Amino acid sequence: MSIVTTLELLPLLGAVLLAVIPKSNAELAKRVALATSLVTLAVAGVMAYKFQVHDSAMQFVQSNKWIASFGINYAVGIDGIALVLILMAAVLVPVVILAGWHESENGKWSAKVFYILILILETMMVGVFAATDVFLFYVIFEAMLIPVYFLIGGYGRGERAAAAMKFLLYSLFGGLLMLAAIIGIYVIAGNQIGHTFDLAQLSTLTIDSATQNFLFLGFFIAFAIKAPLWPLHTWLPTAAKSATPGTSILLLGVLDKVGTYGMIRFCIALFPEAAKTFTPMIIVLSLISILYGAFLAIGQKEINGLIAFTSISHFGFITLGIFAMTSQGLSGATLYMVNHGFSTGALFLAAGWMVSRRKSSNIEDFGGLQRVTPVLAWTFFLAGMSALALPGLSSFVSEFLVLVGTFTRYPVAAIFGTTGIVLAALYVLIVIQKSLHGPTTPGNEDLKDLNLREKISVAPVIALLVIFGFFPKPLLDAINPASHTVMTHAGVTDPAPKAGK
Amino acid sequence: MFSAPVLNYSLLAPILIVLGGALLGVLVEAFLGKTIRATAQLGISLGSLVLAFVQIIRIHSERSLSAAVNSVAIDGASIFFQGTVLVLAFIGILFIADQDNFAAQASAIPGSEEERSAIQTGKQQTEIFPLTLFAVSGMMLFPMATDLITLFVALEVLSLPLYLMAGLSRRRRLLSQEAALKYFLLGAFSSAFFLFGSAFLYGYSGSLSLTGIANAISAGNGNDIFLLIGIAFLSVGLLFKVGAVPFHSWTPDVYQGAPTPITGFMAACTKVAAFGATLRIFYVGLSAAQWEWKPIITTISILTMAVGAIAAIAQRDVKRALAFSSIAHAGFLLTGVIALNKAGLQASLFYVVAYGFTTLGAFGIVTLVRDSAGEVTDLNRWVGLGKKSPLIAGTFVLFLISFAGIPLTSGFIGKFSLFNAAYESGNILVVVVGVLSSAVAAFFYLRIVVMLFFTEPTSDSVTVVIPSVMTRIAITVCAVVTIVLGVYPSLLLNTAQTFANFLA
Repeated sequence: MSIVTTLELLPLLGAVLLAVIPKSNAELAKRVALATSLVTLAVAGVMAYKFQVHDSAMQFVQSNKWIASFGINYAVGIDGIALVLILMAAVLVPVVILAGWHESENGKWSAKVFYILILILETMMVGVFAATDVFLFYVIFEAMLIPVYFLIGGYGRGERAAAAMKFLLYSLFGGLLMLAAIIGIYVIAGNQIGHTFDLAQLSTLTIDSATQNFLFLGFFIAFAIKAPLWPLHTWLPTAAKSATPGTSILLLGVLDKVGTYGMIRFCIALFPEAAKTFTPMIIVLSLISILYGAFLAIGQKEINGLIAFTSISHFGFITLGIFAMTSQGLSGATLYMVNHGFSTGALFLAAGWMVSRRKSSNIEDFGGLQRVTPVLAWTFFLAGMSALALPGLSSFVSEFLVLVGTFTRYPVAAIFGTTGIVLAALYVLIVIQKSLHGPTTPGNEDLKDLNLREKISVAPVIALLVIFGFFPKPLLDAINPASHTVMTHAGVTDPAPKAGK
Repeated sequence: MFSAPVLNYSLLAPILIVLGGALLGVLVEAFLGKTIRATAQLGISLGSLVLAFVQIIRIHSERSLSAAVNSVAIDGASIFFQGTVLVLAFIGILFIADQDNFAAQASAIPGSEEERSAIQTGKQQTEIFPLTLFAVSGMMLFPMATDLITLFVALEVLSLPLYLMAGLSRRRRLLSQEAALKYFLLGAFSSAFFLFGSAFLYGYSGSLSLTGIANAISAGNGNDIFLLIGIAFLSVGLLFKVGAVPFHSWTPDVYQGAPTPITGFMAACTKVAAFGATLRIFYVGLSAAQWEWKPIITTISILTMAVGAIAAIAQRDVKRALAFSSIAHAGFLLTGVIALNKAGLQASLFYVVAYGFTTLGAFGIVTLVRDSAGEVTDLNRWVGLGKKSPLIAGTFVLFLISFAGIPLTSGFIGKFSLFNAAYESGNILVVVVGVLSSAVAAFFYLRIVVMLFFTEPTSDSVTVVIPSVMTRIAITVCAVVTIVLGVYPSLLLNTAQTFANFLA
């Protein structure tokens, strides 16, 4: 059994354990959930330690027959890209559990159910990044909608049922288009090399360009909904406003990454020719996302909505990096996925604490927080700085790599993208000025600062933002060989640097 | 000279056992006292279904076309369909066993003194059991029949008891009787169409057997107008039974009016039998003329998927909603007919089993939601059921998720294999419409989930009754099958692969 499978089973085991704990004992349920996620993190750490960074092949491979008559296998394996994303997920889950210790108490169901859903989700998050069988990927991709649906609908705020429904319908619609494309490629494989869903084998197929374009779109639309790209983004702000902070972190930090990850793993690997055909269109959409997200973020009056729109802008950057079709851009995009997970995580945590203390999510209701709650204010400040990609924080490295990687091939797009950085400064600084500085808004005088549990939970995230800001090498070492492999397979070489005159 | 027909009794035994059980049931109804009658009927029904299934297993590797004078085929598909009907009917009987749902005396006029006294004295008639067995025998014969006359006889044998059973509801009897009448009239029409089509096919080919028709089509010297008229009318008869658009309008009314256990039985078993026969007719008899009928059936399949999914959204009654969902599923199953390949047959076999269990389970849960006047099928009154009875509501959601085709349920694997077969046969349009209408249908299923779980319950007298042991067993089996076939479908897929063949 591969260590990846162990990593998938651990949270599931925890969920089963939770199921037998009596409903009344919420405290025990929380502790079991936290312990499970910490053990999972430890195992993920062991896996990272064992990972051979210079080996660009899939590692920790395991393959068992699942549905033999369709040639479907339970097949997992990870490369550097999957590794860093799994690690990010493994870090974020215990953070979410610890930070949102009381989050589950206002839900429709007991705390126990909340943590069962979170742990099931963690199993699926590992599985979705590790799957090397397209069918297995699809099954997890769709099945993971269900726990999120209940997390938003059962534990969220405001119009939570409607938000959960919107989220699920959008995702399901995309997923079903992808299903049609998956069936298509499966049938083509059946005609050429025999029925299989194995990713490596499927990427050796020769598909005529018209079919390739359709299949590519089937996959791409699903992923563009997931990692919301303009104009398929409208579900995200609604979901982020209604979900609990913890759910939002997992949703935007990890689940949406499945979309961008899928673009790399499936869109480019399976349909390299179609990917090149659609690159101009996708780059334009990415640029629109960057600018549109940024402009709408500036106009937001609601703090979670603001974070959601900044994310749309950031996903624009990630998609731009992926479809720049340079190994630098791709590495940058992958690094961006990880950094965005942490920086958005920190933002949602801080915003969540602000909202739960002030009982309001309107930005106007905050003000002068840095005097009343200095630690909370500094956390929000640092997270905000990371969101605007301040040098010294990890987002800067990835944003820089994306733009450099894009510039070598599409200079104009890179220049447009750069304006996104300016706008980012604007939307972050405005909200920081309004909520942290200035006179203390009436009603905020008695807000409590972070307690020890909250400090402990956010500390690792902030630490990672700083560490990877100065020293991104370990992540890049893992990512670079994998992104070279992807680009080599797609048949593109990095443009030679132009000599300066 | 007239020579006596040669019958291979061991191959025909499954049907004969069920028919025997039905006849025994009629005698029991006539002669046994009311105290033990219900128990005896239940025992006979379940017993004969089990016996018939055992016999099916014993003959499962036999292949023969001459078991009954060349009019039935014992082949993989017919064995599979017969077995499926038996298993689903077994579960269906477990729901029917809850006698509370049926009119005490069906012949009494609704609201009459006679009816009241029958209820007061506890004179519960139990003719529902033999009727079910008669219907089951027709359902077993329908998919194995290889000539048009036998097909017609089987169609009538399965339909006539169903017309009666649809009118047996204890509560809202007028609605139930209206449904029965509507079903009967439209059913009679469709039978006439079927017979008319058969006549034309006979006129075209000079043969009643499917193989004879297939040979005549390949030879191609017949009058093509006769062939086209024959195919058209035969198809109308079949499409009526499976509930495909535009021959679906009876479905919501009958599903709503019939007693809920009967609705479940009808929805699951009739669909199995009707698709069994449809597949055989089109695969064996008419495949050589596929260019004639494929465009039409493709259009009907697309329409059925779309109309079923869209119309379901507007429904306010859970039984009507499930009826439209069953229409949409008929559309999905038709893609297996169009595929005309082994993958299509295999997928259809899997799908009918998966769909049958899920449907029975879903209707089984509908029987449990009641107020003082009986079942509550108004969806608005189901609001907040998740709070009152999380387990029942959760199980219902499981069935809905399977209908919607979300992974890790049997419905997903079924849809996947059907669409795969359709794609393989080159019908990409059907696949695209299929996935899109799945998305529409998902909206409708989710709306119910929202009602059950995310809306605050109103102060209403709706309760979930404690299910009887048999109902509980039946629902549990359905739920387990729905999950197991979703997580480990190889169990059934391999069987379906083995049995996916027609003898011709």
